[in-house]
Amino acid sequence: MSYHFNFAPILAQWPLLLSGIGLGLLLALVSIAIGSLLGLVVAFATRAPSRWLASLAFAWISILRNLPILVIVLFLFFGMPQLGLSLDKITSFIVALSLYTSAYMAEVFRAGLLSVPPGLIEAGQAIGLTRSRIQRDIVLPIMFRNALPAFGNNFVSLFKDTSLAATIAVPELTYYARKINSETFRVIEVWLVASLLYIVCCYAITLILRALEKRLVLEAN
Amino acid sequence: MQWDYFFDQVISHRDALLQGTAVTIGVSLSAIVAGTLLGIAIGVAVTYGIKPLRWPARVYIDIIRGTPVLVLVLATFYISSAVGLDLGAFQAGVLALTLFCASHVGEILRGALQALPRGQIEAGRAIGLTFAGIFRHILFPQALRYALPTWITAAVEMVKASTLLSVIGVAELLLTTQQIISNNFLNMQFYLLAGLIYFLIDFAIEQVGRYVGRRLDRPARRTT
Repeated sequence: MSYHFNFAPILAQWPLLLSGIGLGLLLALVSIAIGSLLGLVVAFATRAPSRWLASLAFAWISILRNLPILVIVLFLFFGMPQLGLSLDKITSFIVALSLYTSAYMAEVFRAGLLSVPPGLIEAGQAIGLTRSRIQRDIVLPIMFRNALPAFGNNFVSLFKDTSLAATIAVPELTYYARKINSETFRVIEVWLVASLLYIVCCYAITLILRALEKRLVLEAN
Repeated sequence: MQWDYFFDQVISHRDALLQGTAVTIGVSLSAIVAGTLLGIAIGVAVTYGIKPLRWPARVYIDIIRGTPVLVLVLATFYISSAVGLDLGAFQAGVLALTLFCASHVGEILRGALQALPRGQIEAGRAIGLTFAGIFRHILFPQALRYALPTWITAAVEMVKASTLLSVIGVAELLLTTQQIISNNFLNMQFYLLAGLIYFLIDFAIEQVGRYVGRRLDRPARRTT
């Protein structure tokens, strides 16, 4: 193998790469926020007394989880304008990612809801709490705590999925990596640096969330 | 909406769509099979391996799982040609998906193997089995049962990830759909159709997984 490494052309583009990863993190944060809210609604809907609403919620989860995210992204960006709904690429990507992650978050919250011991809800009823206070003060806090590890995994996956924004020319890290790749032909270096940046970010996110988990568990004790 | 036109177009492009679906299934299946075999080796190395085996396996899992699949696909495609490995888009894509699948299977298997009580290995040794025998007859069958649901999820993920090969020009279902769209501009309808086909493939995998899972569960229930 006669390949001579030269990282200088990539390091010259360092600010671009950093702005790319910043945009990726931002996309992931906005999408996880919207997706979690939506997922919470869907999770409660799966346990709704109305069977119609519950099956709708299960269908939502099953359909979105079994679709490739790239198809959702392309459908929203290229297909929706046909129905008169034109979104710019960043908004449309956020909508796609939020919908996609809402299905995963709904599953996480649903599992969290199932893990709330029924005895605690009965205890709430016994001391005369209203239904909404039982949900707010007993069910939700326990559910969130149980959901936190899975939430962290989803957030890391979601962050990695922001790389797909490159396919509709949103200037995040993968987009710049491809651009630098074709401009400088420093093929190995650019992909090494890009993967390394992703790995470091994923690792940092994991560490932060793990620290958060530890604090919440301590609080419970 | 021009639905009549759409149905005409589906019928006139049916061969291309079937071909694309076949490529998607072929790519996913090869990556799942090769990735699972490699993943089993990695999972065993990371759980029971001696240090010089365990560390590389651990690093492999962490690196591949920390990288987005799209980056993996692009990197494999461009780097393989830069180092003079003459892989086509198809081979590079399958290689990338295989590496990705192996890291997930390795991690799944590690989780399943570590959930098994240590005493079983000692019991196996006590009755004179070699490690290979212990793994084949005691650990692996049980780990398989633990790992099956997550493995099915990983298989579904592989089919979904195969769409990324469209970016490097492998004519699987998504790229075929995009080519058809560039002729007739029926963006929404054809992306919906592609979504439906992907959903059906993934849903089928899920159902098969559930069926096999129930079959595997049966003897366990009988004995407990």
